[in-house]
Amino acid sequence: MKSNFPGKLIVVEGLDGSGKSTQIYLLKKWLENQSLKVFFTEWNSSLLVKPATSKGKKRHLLTPSTFSLIHATDFSDRYDRFIVPLLKAGYIVLADRYIYTAYVRDFVRKCNPEWVKNLYSFAITPDLTFYFKLNPETAVNRILVHRKKLKFFEAGMDLNLSTDIVESFSIIQDRISNLYDSLADEYMFNIIDGSQPIHLQQKIVRDLVSKTIDLSSFAKGFDHA
Amino acid sequence: MPNESHKDSVLRSIEPHSYSGHLIVVEGADGSGRSTQIALLTDHFENMGFKVANVGIKRSRLVSDELTIALSGNILSKRTMSLFYATDFADQVENTIIPALRAGFIVLCDRYIYTLMVRGIVRGLTKDWLTQVYSFSLIPDLIFYLKVNPAQLIERNLAKEFCLDYWESGMDMGLSDNLFDSFVIYQQMIDKGYVALSKEYPFSIIDGNQSVMDVFDQLRERVDAFLAND
Repeated sequence: MKSNFPGKLIVVEGLDGSGKSTQIYLLKKWLENQSLKVFFTEWNSSLLVKPATSKGKKRHLLTPSTFSLIHATDFSDRYDRFIVPLLKAGYIVLADRYIYTAYVRDFVRKCNPEWVKNLYSFAITPDLTFYFKLNPETAVNRILVHRKKLKFFEAGMDLNLSTDIVESFSIIQDRISNLYDSLADEYMFNIIDGSQPIHLQQKIVRDLVSKTIDLSSFAKGFDHA
Repeated sequence: MPNESHKDSVLRSIEPHSYSGHLIVVEGADGSGRSTQIALLTDHFENMGFKVANVGIKRSRLVSDELTIALSGNILSKRTMSLFYATDFADQVENTIIPALRAGFIVLCDRYIYTLMVRGIVRGLTKDWLTQVYSFSLIPDLIFYLKVNPAQLIERNLAKEFCLDYWESGMDMGLSDNLFDSFVIYQQMIDKGYVALSKEYPFSIIDGNQSVMDVFDQLRERVDAFLAND
């Protein structure tokens, strides 16, 4: 579902450790330096829903269905509260993870794909989706370097893949990587090689953004009418 | 959950269960006598030697506190609210209802997904979307809808609380500027919603305007018949 909003939605997706957050930060910086109307939103950050999600994760209360539903609730809240109003107001909305993150995490937990897609059927298709593709082994190593302890759900320990948390994390990242690859075909993501130097990736991102979006019309004070 | 036979083949549907226990639901507005009848039914089943598990909406370990906060402020959109309730309900289906059914209990639900679906439908969410959202749940063996006319509901609610509940009056919908009129309009809409769903799911519509014991006699007759045939 494409939007008719005056604003534009740019999404980054990819494995943990793929470098997507760095890239969207640099993109945001660049857009803000041009005095454009920019808003940034990240996954799982609804003020009202997040405490419940955290509790569910800490106490290992979540099943695949409730894991899915609680993230959909969080997303729905941010979607109605920020994403849609800001797109209507002509902002460039930058989203660090979007519904595709929910797809891969729920699919890997064996939720019915049709059921998951129905949950999110209200969400518009982004104007640009960047998929930072990196082989899972490299991504996992990047995470392990500066993370002392992996979290239970992030490591997929709820799936009983392995009693070793690092091994479980590697297996689930591998599966998620495959799921991302098939979504990339299905939804025509812009694939960026996440093993390239950061500034070269960023150049590709900025070029594509400039080419796709008439940035001058997003200047603060620009009158869309 | 199998992926078959609904009117719309693309959508999954809410499935019947095949557990040894029994799933019995009582639906109806606040003031329809749900809690009273559930207490009587619980007694009745226990006297017959059945173990009963009581379930209701907004009682999950996972999100009931957060839902209560959300309800106190009307700060979530209707879709978000609906998903939040679905989360609460899924938690109870998987952690309470299914284990109890598997253990052969009678699970007595004080409201069920039909309430949540009807509330969503009257607020403009589509039935197809809601049906699929709730496809993780199970079709009960028996559903009693205690149908009470709005005037009677108002009388009972006022006698008990001296005021009408904001949400039970549908005040978020802007139907009227005052609780009383809004309550009447909203409850009529909700009633229509239940009656529409009753054509698809095994509902028994019970005239809840009658006395407690008259209503209970009808419920008892039906549950006894159901248990006798099981």
